Amino acid sequence: MTETAKTPKSEAPSKPDVATPPPGKQHWLVRKGTIRLLWIFGLAILATLVVGDLFLVPHPYFGVDGTFGFFAWYGLVTCIAMVIVAKFLGRFLSRKDTYYDDQ
Amino acid sequence: MMISSLPPGLILVFGAFLLPLAGPFLRPVAVLLLPLLTIWQVWHMPEGSSAAFTLMTYDIVSVHVDSLGRLFALIFSLMAFGGGLFALNQKKVVELSAAFIYAGSAVGVALAGDLITLFVFWEIMALGSTIVLLSAGTPQATKAASRYFLVHMFGGALLLTGIFLYIFDTGSVAFTAMKPDTAATAFILAGVLVNAAAPPVSAWLADAYPEASFSGTVFLSAFTTKAAVYVLIRGFPGTEVLVYIGVFMIFYGIIMALLENDMRRILAYSIVNQVGFMVTGIGIGTEMALNGAAAHAFAHIIYKALLLMSAGSVLYMTGKRKCTDLGGLFQSMPLTALCGIVGALAISSFPWTSGFISKSMIAQSAADEHLALLWFTLMAASAGVFLHAGIKFPWFVFFQKDSGLRPKDPPWNMRLAMILFSAFCIGLGVWPEYLYALLPFEVNYEPYTNSHLLHALQLLLFAGLAFFLMLPMMKRTLTISLDTDWFYRRFATKIIDGLASFIGNADRGFRQRTMNSLNALLDFVWHHHGPEGSMARTWTTGNMVLLVTVFLAILLVFSFV
Repeated sequence: MTETAKTPKSEAPSKPDVATPPPGKQHWLVRKGTIRLLWIFGLAILATLVVGDLFLVPHPYFGVDGTFGFFAWYGLVTCIAMVIVAKFLGRFLSRKDTYYDDQ
Repeated sequence: MMISSLPPGLILVFGAFLLPLAGPFLRPVAVLLLPLLTIWQVWHMPEGSSAAFTLMTYDIVSVHVDSLGRLFALIFSLMAFGGGLFALNQKKVVELSAAFIYAGSAVGVALAGDLITLFVFWEIMALGSTIVLLSAGTPQATKAASRYFLVHMFGGALLLTGIFLYIFDTGSVAFTAMKPDTAATAFILAGVLVNAAAPPVSAWLADAYPEASFSGTVFLSAFTTKAAVYVLIRGFPGTEVLVYIGVFMIFYGIIMALLENDMRRILAYSIVNQVGFMVTGIGIGTEMALNGAAAHAFAHIIYKALLLMSAGSVLYMTGKRKCTDLGGLFQSMPLTALCGIVGALAISSFPWTSGFISKSMIAQSAADEHLALLWFTLMAASAGVFLHAGIKFPWFVFFQKDSGLRPKDPPWNMRLAMILFSAFCIGLGVWPEYLYALLPFEVNYEPYTNSHLLHALQLLLFAGLAFFLMLPMMKRTLTISLDTDWFYRRFATKIIDGLASFIGNADRGFRQRTMNSLNALLDFVWHHHGPEGSMARTWTTGNMVLLVTVFLAILLVFSFV
């Protein structure tokens, strides 16, 4: 799944060292099985962190921040919102990256 | 005046002129020794004023040392050392010299005891940084440098106007805390905010920094905005408008970085984001908040330089800078990837990194002041930092897809600089007491409580989950995003083009009409006085005799009347 580089801007001493990976021989970290394990492991950590709230005596500053799993869902929801807002604004702000090239 | 009372920044500024003279063997020694000498000098200066003299009627205090100034002078000179080490294989000596002038004048700003000294060093910084940018040598860098220079000259003009008005109002050039309630202080604040990349001119930063060389951007990331943060901490603590400006900068940085494809522009937008946290802290203005802003500036300089060293190494080894061209580099650049990840964790305030012990003081001060809305906003923003810089940068550069690129890790000096700054990121996080001891106020804050740890990890890791859930929406495209620089890069040029063509047309029309009437006049004259004109024709003798007879007859009539 090599993607060919499109008009690379080289501004530093460039030493393009392009070599396609030998077919069928992937780094262990990017194999399908490893990625599946990483997902399982990651989700287990997330669950553990939320469960950890049960063992804390909450001392909130504002009330809602002391409720169970607040920081978990707040982080998730606000981040999803930020991506969506960025995507929405991108509709108006995005231009081809050659936009200013004629200057 | 004793040598020891000279501004320590001058070691770097004057030393910079020695670098081109030193040969290829002595130069690396000078590049490493000059910042170390500056660090030593800053560390050993006694608190209080020195190097004072009178210029006209004003008391110039070119060195004033207190804990706040020393903290910033220290990090600026430490940055010169790390940046110098990273840039040893930069062939353009002019970049190194300019970077040292830039760093030295930043140290000068941090220790300036009066507004005139401050302004002089401030302008030298603008000059030095422009040359760092220019020395990249590409046409894009040249154009970006001219825009960068104009913006900073504008900021400098605001600052100078403010300083003149301030001297006129108060008769003093002393640099003390002020409130922006007079024209003078408002101008000073505006001038400083230009350098802090505050709205509406935030765009200069992401426009300029990514165009510098692989090592130039590392230097550029450190000084200008943080010197502005320093001046705000000393000059405008507790100024409420800074809270709003800071929060805007935080989210502007996140959103723009999320849309960006150029790896170093992602990091440039995240500078604005991080400076936003500091500006917000300064706006809150309590001792805890100001400590947080100062500590965060210190930590930020190190991890941001580390991130840009990691990105600079990728650029140096591959010549590529777009996420769409990169990916999978962790396989052949493991150390660069690892150091990039350490920097990314530190910028995200991950526990046991420098960002955790500094940024949380700002959020804590919002909680202490019962600023509920601000606190919830800062929490969301903290999650957003992990999203836009903490994961996005390492993911798209080192993982993502396999780009097929197999560059090696960069040369030893660049690796060493990254290892050194990674060690600082982790060391400051694990042993925060050393940084806390340097802060302007006494620190009564314990970052490592069970609930703070657990909640920080929840917030960050669920932000990470959001990243991977939203990955299809984050796919990189070959685009840029319009920013406020559009107004002076496109809109203004369109207006000027429009005006030019309007004036051109009007002028052409006017000249055409003038020509037409002149031609008509010429025709008229030609008609009557030309060779064939009625007044120039040769007349026959008969006609002449007739005309003379008529004239004589008229004369006869008049003489009788």
